[in-house]
Amino acid sequence: MDPPDGNQDFQRALQLAASFKTFMLKSSTKSNLNLYDHLTRLLIKVMDEQPQNVADVIEDMSRDVKRGLFEDTQSSLRDLPQTTAAELLAEQQRLLFSRPEDAEQENELMETPLPNVSEIGFYLEQAGVGLGREEMQRVFLALKQLVESQALVRCRLWGKILGIESSYIVAEADYREGEEDEEQITEEVAEADEREAESQENDMDLLPQSTYKPPPVVPKEATGTGTNKSVYYVCKEPGLPWVKLPSVTPAQITAARQIRKFFTGRLDTPVVSYPPFPGNEANYLRAQIARISAGTQVSPQGFFQAGEEEGDEEDETPRDTYEVNPDFEGIPVTEMADSLSSWVHHVQHILQQGRCTWVNLAVKPEDPNEDGEDEEKEEEPDEPEPEVGPPLLSPLSQDAEMFNTPPWSSKISSALTPQHSVAALRSNLWPGAYAYACGKKFENIYVGWGLKYAGEGYSPSVPPLPQKEYPSGPEITEDLDPSLEEEQALQEALEEQQAAQEEMEATDATDEEEEEDDN
Amino acid sequence: MVFAVVILSSLSGFFVLDSYPAPSSVCGYPLLFHSCELVAGSGHTLNVEQRTALQTSLVILKKNYKFHRVLFWGKILGLKEDYFIAQGRGEDELEDKKNLYSFNCMDWFLLPLATDSMIEQVSKAAKGRFIGDPSHVYEHLEIHKQGEGDKAEEEGIVTKVKEENRLAVTVHQIDEEASVVPRGAFVKNPHGLVQMNRTFGGLSQSEAGKLDSFFHFCKPKNLNKKSILEMGELNPAIDFLDVLSDDIPKGSWSLQFECASRACVLRSLLWLGLTFYHVPMTPQHGYIYIGDGTKNLDLPFML
Repeated sequence: MDPPDGNQDFQRALQLAASFKTFMLKSSTKSNLNLYDHLTRLLIKVMDEQPQNVADVIEDMSRDVKRGLFEDTQSSLRDLPQTTAAELLAEQQRLLFSRPEDAEQENELMETPLPNVSEIGFYLEQAGVGLGREEMQRVFLALKQLVESQALVRCRLWGKILGIESSYIVAEADYREGEEDEEQITEEVAEADEREAESQENDMDLLPQSTYKPPPVVPKEATGTGTNKSVYYVCKEPGLPWVKLPSVTPAQITAARQIRKFFTGRLDTPVVSYPPFPGNEANYLRAQIARISAGTQVSPQGFFQAGEEEGDEEDETPRDTYEVNPDFEGIPVTEMADSLSSWVHHVQHILQQGRCTWVNLAVKPEDPNEDGEDEEKEEEPDEPEPEVGPPLLSPLSQDAEMFNTPPWSSKISSALTPQHSVAALRSNLWPGAYAYACGKKFENIYVGWGLKYAGEGYSPSVPPLPQKEYPSGPEITEDLDPSLEEEQALQEALEEQQAAQEEMEATDATDEEEEEDDN
Repeated sequence: MVFAVVILSSLSGFFVLDSYPAPSSVCGYPLLFHSCELVAGSGHTLNVEQRTALQTSLVILKKNYKFHRVLFWGKILGLKEDYFIAQGRGEDELEDKKNLYSFNCMDWFLLPLATDSMIEQVSKAAKGRFIGDPSHVYEHLEIHKQGEGDKAEEEGIVTKVKEENRLAVTVHQIDEEASVVPRGAFVKNPHGLVQMNRTFGGLSQSEAGKLDSFFHFCKPKNLNKKSILEMGELNPAIDFLDVLSDDIPKGSWSLQFECASRACVLRSLLWLGLTFYHVPMTPQHGYIYIGDGTKNLDLPFML
C-alpha cells in the first residue's frame, strides 16, 4: 500500500469519527440529553459497580442512569438508624456505672466481699498478666454487680477462659446454705421420670437380660466440700447477666481428663467427643475450672494454716479446711521467686476417682432381681486400695514434672528495682495460670484457653473391645469340623460297632433259634 | 529527663527523613501502650517498665540497623527466661524483615535468617518447650538400618540444633502461617515493593466481621490456585496476599469484638497466643504473639 493512500484512509476515518461524535453530542429535543454523555455515565456506572450479567441488565442500568438525573436530592424517607451490637452492649454496660440510690454510707466502710480491685489489677500488670486496664475495671464493676445481686459472702475474680465465638469471665464465690434446694428439686424430677420409664417396661414382654453391669457411678461431692467447694458464675462480657454453673460430678472430671476441646462461648453447646462427655459445655467448663483450681491455686507458705480438727491427727480423712493465719509475716519477694517451697497449694488435689475424698465403691449392691443365684456365683472383687493425694497445703516443690517440663516457672517482675517488685509464678502444666505475691498480698488468676499442657501430641483414647453379648456355653459354641483322619477313624469305629452289633444280632438270632429248637 | 531529650531529638530527626509516625509499636500501628491494651484480652500484657524500655531501645535499634520501621513482634515464653522479639522492616515490608531478640528489652541480638535446611533440622530435633537459653543444644538421634537380615548395620545420625536457630525458625513460621493484616492496609506499588497504604481508612464494621477481609502477611501460596473468575474481582494492588478464610482447617481463627465491641480481635487457634486487633473505621491494626512458641497440632481434635 502506498503510504499516501494509507494516510488518506486514516484521515477519512478520523473525519468519520469526528462527525459521528458530533452526532452523538447533539442534544435531544425532548429531554435535552445527548447520547455521548449518557453512554459515558453508563459505562462509568458499570465500571464502578461491576454487576453480574452486565449484558442482560444493561437496559435497566441505562434507565436507572436516566432516572438518576431527575432524582430529588432530598427524599422524604429517611433511613432508620440501626442499633449496632456495640450500642446494645454500651447500654448494658451503662448499668455497671450506676450507683444504687439507697446506698448507705455505712456500708462502704464495712468489709466488702469484693477485694481491692484496682490493687489486684496493678499487681497483675506488674507480673505481665491482665486484661488491660479498662477491661479490668469493667470486669470488677461487673463483679460488684454480681455481689450485690446475689448477696454473696465472698467473691473473687477467678479469671477468663477464651472461647472460639466468645469468652467467659469467671467469678468464684463461697457457697451458701440455700442453694442446695435447687439442685435437690432437679434430682427428684429426674427420679420421677425414671420410675415412669421402668413401669412402662414391665408391661411389655421381658427381653433377654444382658449381663452387662455398668461400672458403679462415683457419687458427687456435696456442695461446700471437695471439688464443689465454691460456686462459679460466668458471663460473656462485663455488663451482661451472670449465669451460675452447675456443680461438677466425678464422671465429668474423668471425662474432661481424657478429651481436648475448645470452648465455643455458648453454654448450651453439646460437647461432641470420645469418650462421650456427660453434659454440655456448661458442665465441661465447670469440670475444667475445678481441675485448674485444684492444680494451680497457690498461696505463700504460712498464709493459710490448717483448720482445727475435732478428731485424732491420725485420722485418715484428709484435712479440707484451712483458715487465714493471723500471724503471717510475709516472705521476701526474692525468696518467693527463687524457691518453689515457699508456695503451697490451698485447694485440694483431685484424685484419680474424680473426687477429693476417696469413696469405696466395692460395697455389695442390693439385688434388683429375684434370682439371687447369679450374684452368688460372681467372685467378690478384691478390696480396692484407697487413693491418696498430696495433702492440703503441700508445697509446690513436691509437684510432679510432666513431659520433661518443670511444673512452675517463677520470676521477679522487675530486675531494675527488685526492692519494689512482685514475685510472679507461672504454671507450665496449665498455660495461663498465674499467681503473684508481694509481702502479705497475693492473688491467683487464670487467663487462657482452659486446656492442660499435653506434651508432644494428644491422642484420643481407643474405644474398648466389644463385649460378648451372651454367656458362651456348650449349646452355642461351634464345633470344629472334624479333619479327614478323624472322620476316617470315626467311620472305622462305626463300622466295627455295626459289625459287632450284627454279630450280636446274629448270635441272638441263632440263640433264639436254638432255644426254639430246644423248645 | 535526659532520656526524654535524647528520644525527642532522635524522633524529630526521623520525622525529617521519612514522615512515618513513632517507630516502636506492636506489629502494625504505633502507640505501644494503646496496642497493648487492645490485645490484652488474650491475657498477656507488658508491664510499664518493659514498655518504657522498649520505647527507648527500639528507637536506638532503628538507628543502628537503618530500618524504616521497628515493631515489637511479641514474646516467646521459655521455662527459665522469656524472649522478647522485635522485627525491623526495610524498604519492602514483605521481603526486608529482620528479627531480633532480647531478654531485658534493652540489649538486642540479631536472629539468623531461617533457611530451609535450618527449618528441617529444627523440625527433627527440637521438642518440648523453649528453655530460655539461646545456646542450649537440642539433640536428636536417628538410627538408620542398612542392609538386610543379619547383616543389618545401624548408623546413627545425630541432628543438633541450637535454641537460637529454633527461635529464628519459630518466628519465621509464625509469620508465614499466622500473621494478619486487614485488606487494603498494604499496597504493592508498580515496582513490586510492598508498602504501607497511607490512605487506608480502616475496614467498615460489617467488613471487619468477615474473615475474608484479612490477609496473611507473607508470600502468597494460594493466589495461583484461584480461578480467573475470582481474580477478576480482585484489585491487584491490594489483593496480592492469601486470604485468611482459605486456611485449613476451617475454623482455625476466632473472630470476636472486644473492648466493649470497639476492636475486632482475631485469635489464631493454630498458634495459640497470636492475637490480631483492628479498630474498624480507623487505620489502627496490629498483631502480636505472646506464647510458648509451639504449634497446636491437636487442632483437629479440638474443634
